[in-house]
Amino acid sequence: MKQAINLSVNGVSHTDEVEPRMLLVHYLRDVLGLTGTHVGCETSLCGACTVMLDGQAVKSCTVFAVQADGSSITTIEGLAKNGELHPVQEGFWERHGLQCGYCTPGMIVAAAQLLDRNADPSREEICHGLEGNLCRCTGYQHIIEAVQYAAKKAGQA
Amino acid sequence: MTDNYIGKRVKRTEDPRLIKGLAHYVDDISLPGTLHVAFVRSIYAHAKINNIDTSAALAAPGVVAVYTGQDVAQKIGAVPCASALPELKVPDHRVLATNKVYFVGHPIAAIVATDRYAARDAVDLVMVDYDELPIVTDVEQAASGGPVIHESFGDNIAYKLTAGEGDIDATFSGAERTLKQRVLHNRLAPIAMEPRGVLARYFPGEEELTLWSSTQIPHLMRTQVALMIGIPENKLRVITPEVGGGFGSKLNVYAEEALLGWISMQLGKPVKWIETRRENIQATIHGRGQVGDIEVAFKNDGTLLGLRYNVFADLGAYHQLLTPAIPTLTGLMLSGAYKIPAIQINITGCFTNKMATDAYRGAGRPEATYIVERALDLVAAELNVDPAEVRRKNFPKPDEFPFHTATGLDYDSGNYEAALDKAQQIVGYAELREEQRKAREEGRLIGIGVSTYVEICALGPSQAMPAGGWESATVRIEPTGKVTILTGASPHGQGQETSFAQIAADELGVNINDVTVIHGDTGVVQYGIGTFGSRATAVGGTAVFVAIQKLKEKAHKIATHILQSDTSRVSFEGGKYSVQRAAAASTTGTSEPVYPVGEGPAGALPEPETEGKSSMTLQEVALAAHLAKELPPDTEPGLSATYFFEPKNFTFPFGTHICVVEVDRETGDIAFRRYVAVDDCGKVINPMLVDGQVHGGIVQSIGQAMFEELVYDENGQLVTGTLMDYALPRASHIPDFELDRTETPSPVNPLGVKGVGEAGTIGATPAIVGAIVDALAPFGVKHLDMPIKPENVWRIINRG
Repeated sequence: MKQAINLSVNGVSHTDEVEPRMLLVHYLRDVLGLTGTHVGCETSLCGACTVMLDGQAVKSCTVFAVQADGSSITTIEGLAKNGELHPVQEGFWERHGLQCGYCTPGMIVAAAQLLDRNADPSREEICHGLEGNLCRCTGYQHIIEAVQYAAKKAGQA
Repeated sequence: MTDNYIGKRVKRTEDPRLIKGLAHYVDDISLPGTLHVAFVRSIYAHAKINNIDTSAALAAPGVVAVYTGQDVAQKIGAVPCASALPELKVPDHRVLATNKVYFVGHPIAAIVATDRYAARDAVDLVMVDYDELPIVTDVEQAASGGPVIHESFGDNIAYKLTAGEGDIDATFSGAERTLKQRVLHNRLAPIAMEPRGVLARYFPGEEELTLWSSTQIPHLMRTQVALMIGIPENKLRVITPEVGGGFGSKLNVYAEEALLGWISMQLGKPVKWIETRRENIQATIHGRGQVGDIEVAFKNDGTLLGLRYNVFADLGAYHQLLTPAIPTLTGLMLSGAYKIPAIQINITGCFTNKMATDAYRGAGRPEATYIVERALDLVAAELNVDPAEVRRKNFPKPDEFPFHTATGLDYDSGNYEAALDKAQQIVGYAELREEQRKAREEGRLIGIGVSTYVEICALGPSQAMPAGGWESATVRIEPTGKVTILTGASPHGQGQETSFAQIAADELGVNINDVTVIHGDTGVVQYGIGTFGSRATAVGGTAVFVAIQKLKEKAHKIATHILQSDTSRVSFEGGKYSVQRAAAASTTGTSEPVYPVGEGPAGALPEPETEGKSSMTLQEVALAAHLAKELPPDTEPGLSATYFFEPKNFTFPFGTHICVVEVDRETGDIAFRRYVAVDDCGKVINPMLVDGQVHGGIVQSIGQAMFEELVYDENGQLVTGTLMDYALPRASHIPDFELDRTETPSPVNPLGVKGVGEAGTIGATPAIVGAIVDALAPFGVKHLDMPIKPENVWRIINRG
């Protein structure tokens, strides 16, 4: 029943045998122990489980682990490089872009993808880019400001 | 004392773990051999259970056990309700349904399996034989003789309550004008982004049970769950790791929490249940859910005379912890920010075939503010005067505080006109009204909504609370000088790890990074009440503050003794106890090196060098207190203080929110043009955190006003039971907020703080609805029920 998969997560190669129906998010969390990616709705509506799959932000609660075979994944744990926060992570800290923190990893990954595609987004473009991610605490204003901070910071780098 | 932190936009100390994905919520904790639980839940709103066949589920791969209501009815006590109202009917609320189900989502059986997939598979293998029964989901129908839900009670009325002061009948019969309006407060789902979850681990040798639960009230839960499952309270430890939002939905004791603990004790293994989002919307408490008539008596000049609210409160099928109490909070706040000589609330609390309502962010107070603010708008419309001016006319003046209301409260402090003035100035109110007038001439629909709210926070004096209204803190300075704070107010996103550390760092003159705030573990933290009702800073923060004063008194004595001086000659400044210069001339000018905390040599603790010194750092005092070689007589070793703060009154934050919208005539779409909020939550510890609380609250108000509603159909099915149907606000739905503050300190606590967690959900809803109604005033609209959707608006514009 189980199928072998081989994938790279945050730059580390993994080979595992998984049930075909195992969700990618459960593979990341339960098999690899990368619990920074959260499950908020199991229906791809809230975005808490967002990860990068081959450079695309995807909702890992609606991707099977077997579909990720051969791919390269970045989770929230892999965003900081050499102890340096990703500009979006820094923006969230500087601009109080999080409260309970549960939506935060997915929100940060989605925002990083947004900036990958558009280095200098308008407020409207940021809001549109984050429409797939729900936050119930912040009211989004500080999240938008966090992304603006990150865009500015990355632009200076 | 320093002023490095309080009042500053200090970045949160809890954030690094959260932004790196390294924090631990309940589901992030894995214990070897953990079994997973999934629930069979009722698919009917009201039905008799004839039989439950669990044999196929028990035979399924991976299934370890299946428990039904009959298995546990005699083993686990009822789900508790802490509200004590006169003649309240309290249904017997078992953790699993026994012979009837009362709402869709009612838990019937618990499957225990080796992994979450196997548990979920087996749910479909449990065969429940139901006989459907007639249902009632409409609260007024429930009150007036619909199908009886709990047969032994004879009807669906859980309680009736009348409250208020003043001669209400004489006021109405003698008034120059009166008006009446029916209002609906839509039933809402709190939707914390982290669903509920429980991990239970029983240690058979120690006979101890640990429950990790996503809750706002670890200690209250410990007490209640211990009583429910019959384990001594001192053998039960409740840990709330990271809690991913609550908004009142985790201010409760749920069936699953007791059941998981009990199952772990039966099986001797860790068991875990993580709520799915569908379960969360079906069977975690709901909020609001009132319908009633507002009546207002007033003079021709707009002076308010009386307010009456006859309300039917939709309680759902069972009482959760505070279900019946929530509408009584509405009654308490019906005076709003105004002088109203006579007020009366008549509550009829009713059972319906739905999930229980309970405390959702604001908990009864958003309803009160909405009623009063809608009433003021209606009075303004009736008299054809500006809504801001009717409000201004009825405010109590700053010198009238403490202000007694006809609901029996004494508001602590306020300057309502200052907040209104500031908000009007920021938004450019007069110009806006002129712009609106011109726009109307062009056929454009601009609306301006004003809300001048007051709320009740810092819950509260114990006399007014079901299970204690105080809060606790322990502050201690460890031998290495690090400061540890244990608080009973366990946060879930509010940032108390930072704000409490700010208080401690300034009071103790230490670096904020040397302060750690520990919370949410009943095995470590002294008993506490929890975080809800905008109480954490005003009650819990005050407990921290006072505990620090106690600790400093002791440190002062020790320092005085070691410095061989008199108490009156030793002062505490910048984290250091010093003998005043004049008295210590021989040693003035010698600056002694201050080592950063924790950077001393490794290994054995250094002996404090105190001989001939004129000053000591707090850290040196702490070390001396722990080594206990040089303490004054009759002084306990160690440097720690605990304080349980009992507030003498609630606090009453207030503010003015002004919302400006434009309605699209073609589509009915509602666009925000401006949103100005001037809030007064007393003294502010961290303005950045306050802004965050206000933003979040306003956006939940936007949700209530424009998007969110729990809709049950004629069969009692919840048709908005997923995030696809239950519409939450997204980033593109919000205005660019313009926030400001006024600052009127509270006299109730030494910090002067009031609380801000619920201001947004209390103050904003009427401003948003008021703006939309105002935009549609050219169509004769005076009131609209929430949520106001484009389709409603379009129909009004196009009805001819």
